[in-house]
Amino acid sequence: MALLQVRDVGFRYAAAWVLRGISFDLMAGEMLGIIGPNGSGKTTLIKIMDGVLLPEEGRVLLDGADVTRMKRGELARIVAVVPQDQPLVFPFRVREIVLMGRYPHLRRLQFETEADYEIVKEAMVATDTWELAGRRMGELSGGERQRVWIARALAQQPRIMLLDEFTAFLDIRHQVAFFDLVRRLNAERGLTVAAVTHDINLASQYSDRVCLLSQGKIHRLGTPREVIREEDIGEVYQTGVLVDDNPRTGTPRITLLKGSPSEEGSR
Amino acid sequence: MYRGTKRRRAIEKGIITPRKVAGKTLLLAIILTTVSFCSLFLGTAAINITHVLGSLMPSTGFPPLSPAEEAILFSLRLPRIVFAGIVGAGLATAGAVFQALLRNPLADPYVLGLSGGAAVGAIIGIILGAGAFTFGVPLLAFVGAVLTLAMLFGISSRGSLLESNTLILSGVIVNAFFSAAIMFLISLSGLSELRNVLFWLMGDLSLAGKSDIAISGLFLLVGFLFIYREARSLNLIVMGEQTALFLGVDVEKTKLRLLIFASLITAAAVSISGIIGFVGLMVPHLIRMILGSDHRLTLPSAALFGASFLIVADTVARTAAAPLELPVGAVTAICGAPYFVYLLRKKEI
Repeated sequence: MALLQVRDVGFRYAAAWVLRGISFDLMAGEMLGIIGPNGSGKTTLIKIMDGVLLPEEGRVLLDGADVTRMKRGELARIVAVVPQDQPLVFPFRVREIVLMGRYPHLRRLQFETEADYEIVKEAMVATDTWELAGRRMGELSGGERQRVWIARALAQQPRIMLLDEFTAFLDIRHQVAFFDLVRRLNAERGLTVAAVTHDINLASQYSDRVCLLSQGKIHRLGTPREVIREEDIGEVYQTGVLVDDNPRTGTPRITLLKGSPSEEGSR
Repeated sequence: MYRGTKRRRAIEKGIITPRKVAGKTLLLAIILTTVSFCSLFLGTAAINITHVLGSLMPSTGFPPLSPAEEAILFSLRLPRIVFAGIVGAGLATAGAVFQALLRNPLADPYVLGLSGGAAVGAIIGIILGAGAFTFGVPLLAFVGAVLTLAMLFGISSRGSLLESNTLILSGVIVNAFFSAAIMFLISLSGLSELRNVLFWLMGDLSLAGKSDIAISGLFLLVGFLFIYREARSLNLIVMGEQTALFLGVDVEKTKLRLLIFASLITAAAVSISGIIGFVGLMVPHLIRMILGSDHRLTLPSAALFGASFLIVADTVARTAAAPLELPVGAVTAICGAPYFVYLLRKKEI
C-alpha cells in the first residue's frame, strides 16, 4: 500500500529546476534508499516530502491528503525528519533536545509525562546517546550530535522517517548500528523509511528499493539489483565503478575505480 | 521497580517539570519581594523600618507615620517600585523573545532600535493629543515598534539578522535615526507637557502615575500570557526554523504572534518610562546561564529577575548621587555596555 505518494513534483529555487517530473510511491513498511550525485536534488526532495518546501508543480499525498495542507503538528506525529547536522546557538542539553521530539504529541502548555520520559529514554538507549544525556550539544562531536538528532526523531514515534545524509558524520560502527536499528524498527513496527545517503553500499545492503536521482529526475527506481549497476552508476556519477555481489548478503556492491569512465574504456 | 524509579530520576534531573518551574518562580518572587522591600526604605529621606512596621501595629506603641513620611513611602517610592518592576519584567521578557526568535544573544529591544521606534511613536502620540485616550499613547508606541521591526527586516536581507554584525549595524543605524527624530520632534513641538529629551533617551521612572501603572501592568500581563503559551514552540524555533517545522511548529504564525506581543510589551514599557537599555540583553542571558534554555522556565524567571534588576537599578539611580537623581537608563547602560562587549567576544550564548 502506498503511504506517501509523490506525484509529478517539480521545484526550482531560481530559474533552474532542481526537481522535475518526480513521481513515486513510498510503500508502507518499506525502506527506500535515495542516492545520487551532489546537486541532484536529494535534500530538496526530502523537504518536499515533509511539506516544508512547497513544490511548484505536482503534490505529495500522505494517506491521500496533501501534505502542504496538513497542520504541521499533525504531520510531525506521522513523519520525522533527521536533518543534516545543524549549528546550535542556545546551550541546550542532550536530553532536552531529545525531549523536543515529544512536541507534536503534547498540548500547548502541557509538560512531558512519565510515558514521554520512557519513550525518550528508549530512543536514547537505542541510539547510544543515553550516556550523553547531561552534556551540552556544543561539547559533542559531529557523530554524537548526529545520533542525538536520530534519537529525537525516534522520540517522535513516527510512521515514516526521512533521513538526510545522516551517516555523513558517523563512524562505521554507528553507521551499521543505526541501519540495524532502523531495519529492526522497520521489521518490528512497520516503520517506513526513506533515506538519502552518499553511501551506495549501505543503501544497497539495507534498502528494499533504491531511487537513483540524476539532475533533478529519477534515473532509475527499483530493487538494489535493478538500480546499482555499473552502467547506471557510472553514467550518473560520471565515474568508473565496479559492481559485484557482496559475498555475505548477495546484494550488489560497488568498488570505486581510479580515473574517469573514458579512461576506463580506453585502457 | 527500584531501578525504574532511579532511571526516571536520572532523566528528570535537568529537565523542566511544572514543579521546577513553580519552585524557581517562587524563589525569584521572594527575591523580588525582598528587593522591593529594601528599596522602599532606601532614599534621600531616611525612614526607619522598625518605625514603619511598628506604626502598622498600634499596640506596639510606636507613633503613627507623619503625613510626609506616608507620602514619601506610599505615593512616591511604592508606585515607583511597582513601576520599575513592570518595566523591568516587560523589557526582560521582550529581550528573551527577540533573542530566541533571532537566535542571537545580542538581540534586545534597545539594541534592535525597537525601543527608539516605540519612543518616537509615543512622542508623536503625545503631540497629536492621543494622551486624551487611555490607550492612545501606548498604542502609537506599539505602532512605532512594529514599523521598526518591519524596517529591520527590510534593511537586512532575509535571515541575515541572525548574524551579529548585521543585527548590531542595523540597530546602530535605526537608533541614530530615532535619537535624531526624538530630539527633532521635541524641540519642534515646544509643548510644555512633553517630557524632556533626556527622559526619552535615557529612561526615567520618576514620573509614573497610578494610571500608567494600571495600563502598563495590563499590557504586560496580557502580553506575557500570550507569549508564555508559545514557550514550547519557542524552544523549537531556537533550534532553527526548519527544525521547528519538522517537529510540528507552525513557524510563521507563531513567529508573528511572538513578535507582536513582544513589541506590545516593549511599547507599553517605553511609552511611560522612555528608553531603558540593556535590561532585555543582560537579564535573559544571565537566566539562561543559570537555569538553562527551556523557555517554560526562562520566560517567567527572566520577567521576575528583570523586575528585581530594574528596581535595584532605579534605587541606585535615586540614591547614588543624592540629592541629584540619575536617569535609570544611565545605570543600566553602565552595566549593560560592558556586558554587551563580553557577549560579543564570547561569541556564543
